[in-house]
Amino acid sequence: MRVLTLDVNGDQQETAAPDHWTLLEVLRYRLGLTGSKQGCDKGDCGACTVLVDGKPVLSCLTLSAEAQGCSVQTIEGLRPAHLKRSEALEGTATGGIDPVQDAFDRCGALQCGFCQPGMMLSARALLDRTPNPSREEIQKALSGNLCRCTGYTQIIEAVETAVAESFGADAPRPSWVEDREHLREETL
Amino acid sequence: MAARDIHGVEAPWEEFRIVGKSHRKIDGVSKATGEAVYADDILLPGMLHAKTLRSPHAHARILSIDTSRALALPGVHAVITGADLSIQYGVIPWTPDETALATEKVRFIGDEVAAVAAVDEDTANAALELIDVEYEELHAFLDPRESLERDAPQIHASRKENNVSKHVELDFGDVDGAQESADLVVEGSYRFHGSTHAAIEPHCAVARVAADGVLTLWSSTQISHYVHRALARVLEWEPQRIRVIQPCLGGAFGGKSDPFSLEFCVAKLAQLTGRPVKMLWTREEVFYAHRGRHPMELDYTTSATKDGKITSVDARILIDGGSYSSFGLVTTYYSGQLLSGPYDFPAYRFDSTRVFTNKPPCGPKRGHGSVQPRFAFECQLDEVAEQLGLDPIEIRRKNFHGEHTKTVNGQRITSSGFMECLDKVERGSDWTERRGKLPRGRGLGVAGSMYISGTNYPIYPNEMPQAGIQLKVDRSGLVTVFSGANDIGQGSSSVVRYIVAEELGMDHEDVRVIAADSDLCPVDLGAYSSRVTFMVGNATIDAARKLRAKIVTAVAEKWEVEERRVRLIEGRAIDLEDPEQVLTTREAFELAEARFDTLGSTGSYNTPTLGGDYRGGSIGASPAYSFTAHVVEVDVDEETGRITVPKVWCAHDCGRALNPRLVAGQIEGSVYMGIAEALLEEHKVNRFGLHSGPSLLDYRLPTAIDTPDIETFIVESIDPEGPYGAKEAGEGPLHSAIPALANAIHDAVGIRLRELPFTPAKVLAALREKREREREAGGGAATAMESQGGLG
Repeated sequence: MRVLTLDVNGDQQETAAPDHWTLLEVLRYRLGLTGSKQGCDKGDCGACTVLVDGKPVLSCLTLSAEAQGCSVQTIEGLRPAHLKRSEALEGTATGGIDPVQDAFDRCGALQCGFCQPGMMLSARALLDRTPNPSREEIQKALSGNLCRCTGYTQIIEAVETAVAESFGADAPRPSWVEDREHLREETL
Repeated sequence: MAARDIHGVEAPWEEFRIVGKSHRKIDGVSKATGEAVYADDILLPGMLHAKTLRSPHAHARILSIDTSRALALPGVHAVITGADLSIQYGVIPWTPDETALATEKVRFIGDEVAAVAAVDEDTANAALELIDVEYEELHAFLDPRESLERDAPQIHASRKENNVSKHVELDFGDVDGAQESADLVVEGSYRFHGSTHAAIEPHCAVARVAADGVLTLWSSTQISHYVHRALARVLEWEPQRIRVIQPCLGGAFGGKSDPFSLEFCVAKLAQLTGRPVKMLWTREEVFYAHRGRHPMELDYTTSATKDGKITSVDARILIDGGSYSSFGLVTTYYSGQLLSGPYDFPAYRFDSTRVFTNKPPCGPKRGHGSVQPRFAFECQLDEVAEQLGLDPIEIRRKNFHGEHTKTVNGQRITSSGFMECLDKVERGSDWTERRGKLPRGRGLGVAGSMYISGTNYPIYPNEMPQAGIQLKVDRSGLVTVFSGANDIGQGSSSVVRYIVAEELGMDHEDVRVIAADSDLCPVDLGAYSSRVTFMVGNATIDAARKLRAKIVTAVAEKWEVEERRVRLIEGRAIDLEDPEQVLTTREAFELAEARFDTLGSTGSYNTPTLGGDYRGGSIGASPAYSFTAHVVEVDVDEETGRITVPKVWCAHDCGRALNPRLVAGQIEGSVYMGIAEALLEEHKVNRFGLHSGPSLLDYRLPTAIDTPDIETFIVESIDPEGPYGAKEAGEGPLHSAIPALANAIHDAVGIRLRELPFTPAKVLAALREKREREREAGGGAATAMESQGGLG
């Protein structure tokens, strides 16, 4: 058993866990931050991705003790989307919502949603270092996060939408939207 | 009266305001923020953790189990074995051949033998090591051919003295006569390999027996209702003392549509210990639990006239079922019954046999039972076209069975947008300009398919509705919907919300949905056979219209006008003839509550009587069928044998798209999964029955880099039976991706790959074989060219 002091989403948290526990286990089962998911137990799927000092890290392969002294960000630390109507946040950089989370929601990237906390954090890390990535850069940045529902199409579309909107440009229009042009598909 | 009898396919009034638009999902925000609660996110006070001991042998008799050393380990609260849960079950009530823990025998490596509940996972794992099991090994069947030919030892003693799980033989029309009189008969043997669902969320279940003696089970299941029934049967508890809740589900694809061992084990362990118990399977355990795509050996013979009209199809199929029945009875029927469209052929025969082997049990994976025959047949159809010198899209058009018709095996077809699907992929891929004209190594292939929107076979025979919905109206202006449906990420709760809001003229965010909680929600049979949007959607319209009638009556009485003048729209009740008369939805609800007392309504759906008049004729009989066409572009590297898919065009007829973005997501996910299993994935065991790579690294799932660029087209043939005309979209669009890929490979390099998956080794072998054939046919000249690298 080891006493741990962790900086998670800006909060200094003290807890104790067996020495061999991973960061993922401590986040989920000690700190109650269950947004980070366990999909494979051994670093294959990326569902457990969190940001450690801004870099995407597989928390299921990171011993909890290793994360001490670092800044850990989980999905709970992204600005929650339900604050989008909060006046207090109007006019701030993102209008109260992380554009990645919002774009994932709007673009259909959240089917079962299980891989998406990790996916969104990988996307966030990408956009923090490359604000205007190419499609190939997006695919590469997300290639450590497996998704079984979407075929990645709407995920990539979501990231491209977040990017386009951050520059005030129009969101990409997938083929089925173009094809249904006569139906005046609305962007919601 | 069921919904289909009282509502049409049109909007409640003038035009749709919510349906048909790409609204956010009901659970999108909670999933985006990590707030959504999945089974393993449930942490209860005092909760114990359970683990399963699994068989190291593919086939063995259990001589003895001694749990005393495990029980003595500090921190262990209970150990159970087959003796504690000995009642057999199975998702299909006619074939109950599973037990939660093995009773006399183990039938595959990974079969469950014992379960331990302890203070934590480490202690539970340590206790597993202390359980002593004595086995007597039996001959293990790993080849389905052997299971077909060899009766002993029997894998299941309950079967008819052999190792056959199910045999179905059906014929329609004169196949032999058609073959004799045909201008062309093409024969071929095909092999479809096993693949698994690999949902990113591993199976997890939590059980608690409360002080009042009620058992609550939270489980990552897509069939809460069947789990509820199975629990009552196996535990011998009254079903009303059991509550089953499906929390947010992290993907399923058919892989969570059986009752699983862990659900019974946590329930029993919670009962024994008086503590909540959780079991979370490791990824390796999920691979062994499997229930994935059945490997099939398929022999097809298709006959045709010289102008390309198919005159008969003859199929013989051997299905490797693995160690238990699961849905196998249905799989065996589906392998034949679902091939009878979108083409019309006057004679059809299939002979399908599912056998048991000592491998992880197969079950339903996206496109249950019909993906494999579709592959074989659509490849064969391509050969027919080739031999007759016809364009592969043309031959499919020529044989289209039309709309509002009946198939050779008696299935009623209502709407079909198949021709439009073909048009879309033909145009999208620039087929006419590009096919056959691409540089060597590059090719285009086409295929078509059909799939069910639910079936009228309700798994256990009963006269009750297949889908139920209950609405509760609150004077606050909120409508709460209680839906039995399992939302597994496909968005069924979202669809329910959109429909209620559409019918009651409300903001859809004022409709909340409580789903898949057996204490609160009416029964829905579950998320399988692509039935949910279709059946639950119809039930929702039914419930909402009953409620709307009450609200309209109350408002009309208040205004002293005829009911036809009252409309509920965009958060208001309006008078069509007097623009001064307006109420908010909330005020209208209050009037209705005052007039009719506490407000609620129920709705339900049952299929009409369908299917051919013969044994099994209702299996695969669906109230409506979806249709799909794919064109796949492929790049074959003749040096390495590596296949890449730069682009796929998929057009899918889903009836009315209730939310086009969700439909597109289903289509794209299906295309991805089809291409993935054709090129990368293989679920197989070695000669001992040990899985060849039970991890998400060894079992190769495509990443964002590997997945093809997908161009999606939504075709809307408004179906008279569907909710507002909707049909399924979640499984159909997988089918034809695989044969379209195979046909594209032929277009690219002239080889017919009839055995999946299409690995580089198979490509190279086929290319070698082709060169040898050409050398033999061409004589010395070709050989000379070859030796100079002329064909390289």
